[in-house]
Amino acid sequence: MNGAKPKLALYWAAACGGCEIAVVNLQERFLELAAHFELVFCPCLIDAKKKDVEALPERGIALTLFNGAIRTDENAEMARLLRAKSELLVAFGSCATEGCVPGLANLGSRGEILRSAYRDGITTVNPDGVLPGRETAVPEGCLRLPGLLERLLTLRDVAAVDYFIPGCPPEPARVWEVLETVIQGKPLPPPGSTIGAGGQAVCQECPRQKDPDKKIERFLRLWQVAPDSVRCLLDQGVVCMGIATRNGCGALCPRVNMPCTGCYGTPEGVLDQGARMVAALGSIVDVEQIRGVPEDQLPGRADELFAGIADPAGTFYKYSLAASLLKGSR
Amino acid sequence: MTQRITIDPITRLEGHGRIEIFLDAAGNVANTYFQVPELRGFEQFCVGRHAEDMPVITNRICGVCPEAHHLASAKALDALFGVEPPPAARKIRELLYMAFFVTDHTTHFYALGGPDFIVGPDAPPAERNILGVIRKVGLDAGKAVIACRARNHHVIQLLGGRGIHPVAGVPGGWSTSVTEAQRAEIAAIARQNLDFALFSLRLFETIVLKNPVYRDLVTSDVYLHRTYSMGTVDAQNRVNFYDGTIRVVDPEGAEFANYHPRDYAEHIAERVEPWTYLKVPYLKKVGWKGYVDGADSGVYAATPLSRLNVSDAMPTPRAQEQFEAIHAAFGSARRGGRFVPIHHRLATHWARLIELLYAAERMIELAEDPEITSPEVRRIPEGVVGGGVGIGSVEAPRGTLTHHYVSDERGVLRQVNLIVGTTNNYAPMTMSIRRAAERLITAGRIVEEGLLNRIEMAFRLYDPCLSCATHALPGTMPLRVLIRDCGGAIVKELRR
Repeated sequence: MNGAKPKLALYWAAACGGCEIAVVNLQERFLELAAHFELVFCPCLIDAKKKDVEALPERGIALTLFNGAIRTDENAEMARLLRAKSELLVAFGSCATEGCVPGLANLGSRGEILRSAYRDGITTVNPDGVLPGRETAVPEGCLRLPGLLERLLTLRDVAAVDYFIPGCPPEPARVWEVLETVIQGKPLPPPGSTIGAGGQAVCQECPRQKDPDKKIERFLRLWQVAPDSVRCLLDQGVVCMGIATRNGCGALCPRVNMPCTGCYGTPEGVLDQGARMVAALGSIVDVEQIRGVPEDQLPGRADELFAGIADPAGTFYKYSLAASLLKGSR
Repeated sequence: MTQRITIDPITRLEGHGRIEIFLDAAGNVANTYFQVPELRGFEQFCVGRHAEDMPVITNRICGVCPEAHHLASAKALDALFGVEPPPAARKIRELLYMAFFVTDHTTHFYALGGPDFIVGPDAPPAERNILGVIRKVGLDAGKAVIACRARNHHVIQLLGGRGIHPVAGVPGGWSTSVTEAQRAEIAAIARQNLDFALFSLRLFETIVLKNPVYRDLVTSDVYLHRTYSMGTVDAQNRVNFYDGTIRVVDPEGAEFANYHPRDYAEHIAERVEPWTYLKVPYLKKVGWKGYVDGADSGVYAATPLSRLNVSDAMPTPRAQEQFEAIHAAFGSARRGGRFVPIHHRLATHWARLIELLYAAERMIELAEDPEITSPEVRRIPEGVVGGGVGIGSVEAPRGTLTHHYVSDERGVLRQVNLIVGTTNNYAPMTMSIRRAAERLITAGRIVEEGLLNRIEMAFRLYDPCLSCATHALPGTMPLRVLIRDCGGAIVKELRR
């Protein structure tokens, strides 16, 4: 009797599908998941529709894993519906938690998105300046599209969230830890907590050797340097976000000689990932090198030092802009 | 009275797709619209970014095929910085890509497209999914499917750093080299993939090709469209997924174009429709004539079947045997250097399995190549070259993928243009949906559940990445068909 099983929903909003792949990459454990839960809503998997969700009692779904950001009014509507129907609403993955890469759109406006896609595109042929609209009259009737919101929002901007599972995407092993806890009925941390990750920084899991006294003379762009595979990347002048990013992934990127780009979001207790990173960089810049430099040459030296960070927003807030203290440019 | 049929959601791109079917007074199909109601705006927010961040940023376009974006992006950066990767880096990239093709095509065949055949187009909807497939082919085979996905995602993580959203692509190569132990492990996995591909083709032969009902379905005109075909070919005009030139053949099979990917903008233009967020590409030199077949229409397809249609041969022996077999089955004769194109779109499922076999064979070649363990995997560029333009392309599983970056002299992006695999097929999908609807809905006769699935099959064959989740989970398409009167009131609802 399926009714005895707790109900599970998986939903995505504005996202890439990587969070779904992370769940499917539970591999054989995915079958275990299906055995423990009754999957009541998952548009790519089963027939249940929005109206079936609407027909469920309030809090009738034990657990909803909601991935994706809120980019359209339709995304927001689904978030509110699933909030009402779920005992536990979990922001699953970076988009739902903090906006992820699509949150960088908040550096510009909705109008700029439409212009760059439909008017200025290199291969776009649009002499009449047509833009997709909420309602279009065609000879046979009227066609409707969901409206794009002015800014990209995160799940908690439109609905109360019980837990946050960070990562772009969350690593399947960490996802399973959470699901296993729920399946076994073990206690969860207080509502509002981040789960499926550690509380410290990626550096805690990184095998690279850190020189605590190392000072950086200049930052390097990724294309400029093939770092050695043993020493801390930051010590080598590569902007590695590990120091300002929550652990839990296992420091996968530094293990293949690439810097952490910050996809697990802020460590416990840190409000703003970019601010944390800038503060950390400030403390390891070699100020000795500019001691005694004439004042009129200081700006030039600073430019040189920071030439490796031509895009601070995209470097420090690649995943967290929409949830940052700055929230974008406006 | 005009009736309107709404299929919503289709849930194949970032959550949502929608089909609107309008019927005329007699109850025949007047028109159909295939809407994509979502936009995230990558072209806008990639401006201002470090160019070298693009392989990681554009992964997030698609979590199902991040490997395709990662590599197209890395190749665009090679061009932007004017630096050719060392041979080992090229081979590592292609090796990762073959592992990805194996897992991606496997997912489509067993979880998404295959259930229509393995379980049956008219089987109860609750059976038409991966679990139904496992019941039909047995638990051992089901576990083999899961194991295939698992081992290839393991390879992707070994080579690219992460199983989803890999990170190792850099301008001029790859961030890390391959150890001998890794090479040996991947070679063993590749050999398992070959066995799995051959098993899958045998299954297809047994279940589909030997079943007269399915043969009739595959060869029926419900799923027939004579359009141009596009795909990447090597110097011998054979299929290649990682690199080559873009070849376009006309509906009769004559070569229409064969160009370097950097010249794509001379050949592809995109149309904006007010009723959808997805643009509609077409062949610029033919022009846009609407959603119609034929050599006068700029509509082209870029699918596994299209790739076979543009190629003279497959580069590996077993895939070549299958290449001959599929053309023999459709009575396609050789004309000039190659076979006449196959236009029966359901044959795309077979073509996809032939590509799975090719990817497995190519993966073995690469994994057994001693050069792949060379420590020289990266060349450091001097800086941005030329006018700060970098264009890169690969064949994504769902079509030719092009990344085009324009940067300033510091390598900060000023403009980005992307033509994504599935996007190429927007017009053909629209036409296939319309054709299926026209054939199946006549004079008010509604074919209930079967109608839903056959409309579904019309676009499922393209393996659309309209929702990345399409490829992620066992694929019972949730469909709800609403039949409305002119005022929008619901006359009837069909669902499964």
